[in-house]
Parts: sequence; structure tokens; C-alpha cells
Amino acid sequence: MKSRLVSLFAAASLAAIAGGAQSQTVRIGVKLTYTGVGAEFGQQVDRGMQMFVKLNPGAFGSCKVEIVKRDGKNPGGADSKTAVAELITQEKVDLVAGIIYSGNAIASAPVVDAAKKPLVIMNAGTAWITNLSPYIARVSFSMWHAGHAMGDAAAKTLKAKTAVVGYSDFPPGKDSLEAFKHAFEAAGGKVIDEIPMGGPGQVPDFTPFFQRAKDKKPDVFFVFVPAGDHAVGVVKTYGALGMRQAGIRLIGPGDITQDIKLQAMGKDAIGLVTMHHYHADLDNPANKRLVAAWKQEWGAAATPDFMAIQGYDGMAAIAHAARSLNCKMDPEKVMAALKGWTFKDSPRGPISIDPSTRDIVMNEYLSELVMQDGRLVQRPIATIRGVKDMCKELKVGRCK
Amino acid sequence: MDLTGILLGGAAAGMVLFVVSVGLSVTMGLMGFVNLAHGAFAMLGGYAIVLSMKHWGLPFPAALALGFAAVAALAVVLERTLYARLYRASELDQVLFTIGLVFVTIALVTLTVGPETQTVLLPEWLRGQTDLGFLRYRSYSLAIIAFGVALMLALWLGFERTQLGARIRAAVDNRRMAASLGVDVGRLFTATFAVGSGLAAMGAGLGAEILGLDPQYPLRYLAYFLIVVAVGGLGRVHGVFFAAILIGVLDFVLKFHFPKGGTMFIYALTLALLLARPQGLFGRKAA
Repeated sequence: MKSRLVSLFAAASLAAIAGGAQSQTVRIGVKLTYTGVGAEFGQQVDRGMQMFVKLNPGAFGSCKVEIVKRDGKNPGGADSKTAVAELITQEKVDLVAGIIYSGNAIASAPVVDAAKKPLVIMNAGTAWITNLSPYIARVSFSMWHAGHAMGDAAAKTLKAKTAVVGYSDFPPGKDSLEAFKHAFEAAGGKVIDEIPMGGPGQVPDFTPFFQRAKDKKPDVFFVFVPAGDHAVGVVKTYGALGMRQAGIRLIGPGDITQDIKLQAMGKDAIGLVTMHHYHADLDNPANKRLVAAWKQEWGAAATPDFMAIQGYDGMAAIAHAARSLNCKMDPEKVMAALKGWTFKDSPRGPISIDPSTRDIVMNEYLSELVMQDGRLVQRPIATIRGVKDMCKELKVGRCK
Repeated sequence: MDLTGILLGGAAAGMVLFVVSVGLSVTMGLMGFVNLAHGAFAMLGGYAIVLSMKHWGLPFPAALALGFAAVAALAVVLERTLYARLYRASELDQVLFTIGLVFVTIALVTLTVGPETQTVLLPEWLRGQTDLGFLRYRSYSLAIIAFGVALMLALWLGFERTQLGARIRAAVDNRRMAASLGVDVGRLFTATFAVGSGLAAMGAGLGAEILGLDPQYPLRYLAYFLIVVAVGGLGRVHGVFFAAILIGVLDFVLKFHFPKGGTMFIYALTLALLLARPQGLFGRKAA
């Protein structure tokens, strides 16, 4: 009996010492697509995270921060699942952050759920992803944030009565379609055609799909395609088929006017109306500071974009959790710290995490692209404040 | 406008397929060699064209000429060193070799340039729309169609009215007979292979805005090239031309009306056609 008490005491004190030694370091596992088609996106999110730490050196308080990175390689899901599992089991991180593609998030959800490790999503936008585990919090967006708000704005602000929706045929695309349609038709509009436009894997020739949209003669053509090369193809085809001259406005979530690809689009992009939670031309002090610091670090041609801000705000959220928990990253307590977290000074405006859905609440900005001094610039039309993910709010489809 | 838009859009895509595939048809017909790496030559040319425009500021037509010349030269080298060894080999060996070449090319391009899609900056006169009076359509598409038709005419004249053309046609129809009549079949192979690959290179550069250009190009469009060649009939330039337009327009129409899975029908149609007529639309029945 006595020897058992002694060994118990010894074990307890060893654990306390070991626990004490660890409590000062916060180990963050970052899973992004650093190579392959999503390499540029991974780089933007990564830079956003770096920039947060650079501009807010005291944010983590007394905690030492260790970042372990893993490459998701592609949107397929399998490689990301493996990477996340490695971060948790081999690298023993306190939490996982990142994930660009919805497919990768969906594949990784069971892993973080089983391991009971917090996952801070910094992009992946399919609405119901946060329902996959109570350990998932999202600081980026749901397709419904922009899609629903745009559907509403298209009817009320842009006064459109008919719309054709073109979308890439995968979960975020279908989400975007549903979100837009739900709001547009609730506000009195009618979606007269829905056109799936190939998959996210490669950029198709958009001409047949856009020709079909053009022939239907809608007031607006709402398009969602993955950010990047797809978006460039969309804008080129819109211009090439003379759709603006035919009186059809091209609208969509800000994925199609991502800041890092924007200037390459040229004059075909003039007049595009987008709804998004961030673009580099946002006029507030925090964003001006961010853009200046960004260009100083990575060159005048570099620019933050919505993915960068998601990396930035994600680090802000993690820093908040780390500070409030005194660097002891107990999973349940981390989730509790993230729920209800607010950040008034984000470069995208005030944001918070909804405690009931663990998804982001933020402003959405309706903007139009204009050409100013040879550069494409987003001109603000309206700001919609405190936008929640309406899919989960209205419990539509898989968001119940 | 409904029908015209579809016909022109489809014809433009078809023309790109034609320019890329015509070389494949002639070399397959002439050399009896299954060159699955044809798309790789096209891609390399496409990259040469796009990158020379981007980094050296070459104007589009000059870049196209450069692409043709560079890939034709490369084709001569590869033909003499690698391909020539496999003319007597089994079809399986030829397939394995050329597929291997495709993988090597994809890896090399990914490593040196990167995996992202290359965007081509079209010259000002090709952007926007052209007004022909009775018709307003995308300038770029109209230009591709014009180029394809011009090429078709040039090749047809070349094959029908020149000695070289006659020799090629003879060798396609009956290689042994042509050789016994004094045609230098070896030199013919090299020249045809070079020109065919050069044309493929131009096709990839010309069509970069429609078909895109990234390291996966050779595999992604291999099926389309082979379909166009098979449906057209081996070694028949006019066959490839009409097959390409047919496939281009059909693909466009199917994507227009059945965007969800329309491309599947192309394969079904090709299957049906080849079952009914294995030599393709214009091919010669196997002797």
C-alpha cells in the first residue's frame, strides 16, 4: 500500500513537471496546399499568418509558439487526411489550422473529431463543414455568407428580376448556387437557369456555358468558380462573348476577383459586381496598415487577399485562445475560448465566432470594379454588417 | 444568334483540335507508329510560345513561328535518336515508350515551370469582338477558324499538287511499294514527323485560351486527339479536318444542352461510329 502511494506520488509529480514544462509552448499544426494547383493559395494563407505575428508581436502573451507545417498537395482529400493525422499523432500539435479546399476539410473532419483536437479552418467554405465536428471552428467564410447576401443584394440593390447561375460542379459550387437562389427568390427574383460548368480540377472552356447563359438574356449572371485560373477564364470568356454589351451583368462572390489575380484580368473585368468579406481596397486603418506592411515585405506587386486575411484572423483567434488559457491548450477549453471570440480591429472589419455554430460572423462588402489610373479598383457600393452563415441559421439542406 | 454562336464556338474548338491532331494523323498513317506523346510535343510548343511572349515580349505570330521551329527541331532529334529504333517494334512497345515519354515531359515541365495553368496574353487585335456586318463574334474564335481553314487548304494543296505530297500519300497507302519505287521513306518520316509536331505546337499555342495549357495537357486531351484521328481516318488530312469540326461542334452542343455530363456522349458516339465504320469517315478500308 505504502509503495503504491509512493509510486503514485512520484508519477504525479513527474507528470506535473512534464506538464509544467510543456505549458509554455503552443504547438500549431498548419496544413495547407503548399505545392500543386493550390500552392499560391497556401502561400497567401501562410503569409497572412506570418503577417499577424509580425504586426502583433505581443498577441501570444508569454506563450512560445511553434508552427509545424504539412503539405496537403492537392484538393483530393486523401493527402490532407494523412497530413492532419501526422500532425496530430507524430508531431503532437495542440491544434490544427489551415485547409484551403472543402474536400480536404471534409476528409480531415473525422480525424480531428476522433482525436478531439481543435481545427481552425482558414478557407474551406462549404457551409455544413462546421457541423462535422464540435472541434471545428471556422474563421474564413461559408459560401452562404457571400452567396446569400449577393442574392439579396441582386434583387434589392441591383434591381435584377432574372438571374442565370453558373457554378463549378463540386460542394462549394452547389452551396453557392443554393445560397444565391434562396435569397434571390425570397426577395422576388427568379433564377431562370442553373449551369454546372465542369469541375474544380481543371479550367474548362467556358464558352458553351456562357453562350447558353447569354442566350437566356438574364438581368444578372451569377458565377461561382474556384479562385485562381478558373476566375481568370470566366472574366475572359465574359468579355470575349460581349455579354456586358448584351446587357448582362456579371456578379458573384469575391472568389472571382481575388486580389492576386485581379490586375491580370484587364478591362474585361470592369463593371463586375462582387460580394465578399474582404478585398485589398477596403478603406479602414487596420487594412491600410496591413497592405502597406505586406507590400514592404513581399514587393509592390504583392497584395493580401481574402485568403491572406483568413490566415491573419485565424492566428488572431489562436493567439486569443492561447493567452486566455495561459498557454495550456486543453481542447475543450480552446473551443470554449474560440466560441464567442470577437476581434474588432481585423482588416476586414469587426468579426466574431458564433458560439452556436462555431462559424464566422462578419461584414460583407458589395463592390464594383472600376479602372482608376490603369489599375482595377474595387469601388464600394454597400456594406452588410454582422452577416452569419444563413445556411445554418435557416437550417437549409445539410446545414441542419 | 443561337445557332451561329454554337456553330462558331464549336468550330473554333474543333479547329484547335484539327491543328494539333493533323500531325498525329499523318504520322500514324504514314509511319504506322502509335505516337501517344503527340500531345507532349504540342504542350512543349505551347509553353515555348506562351513563355516567349511573356518573358521576351515576342508578338503572337512570331511566337507561333518560334514554337513551330523549336518543336520541329526537337522532333527531328527525338525521331532520329529514339523513335527510329522502334519502327519495327510491336505496337505495345511503341505505346509504352511514348506514354513513358509523356510522363517524363509532364514531370519536366512541372519541375521547371510549375504546375499552374499558363495564361496567354492575346494581342489587342485578337481580343474582343469582330463585326462582320452580318455577324458579330469573338475575334479570337474567328481568327482560329480562319487559320484552320487556311492550314487545311495549304495542306491539301501540298498533298495533292506537290511531288513531296504525292510521295507521302504513296507511302501512307503502301509503304513497301513506295520504297521499292525509290521513295526515301526514312527521310520522309523525319520530315513529316517534324512538321506534324511543329503544327501540334502551334495548335497548342493558338488554342491555349480555349484548351488551357498546364503540365497535364498531353494526357487530358489525348483521348480527343485520338478520337479525331480515328474518326477522320488515318493519314487523311481532310478527314481530320471534318472530324475535328464534328467533334468540336458536338462537344459544344452537348455542353450547351447537357452541361452536367454532356461530354460522355462524345465517347458513345465515337464508339458507335467506329463500330459501324472502323476506318473512320474518310479512311481506307484495311487491305
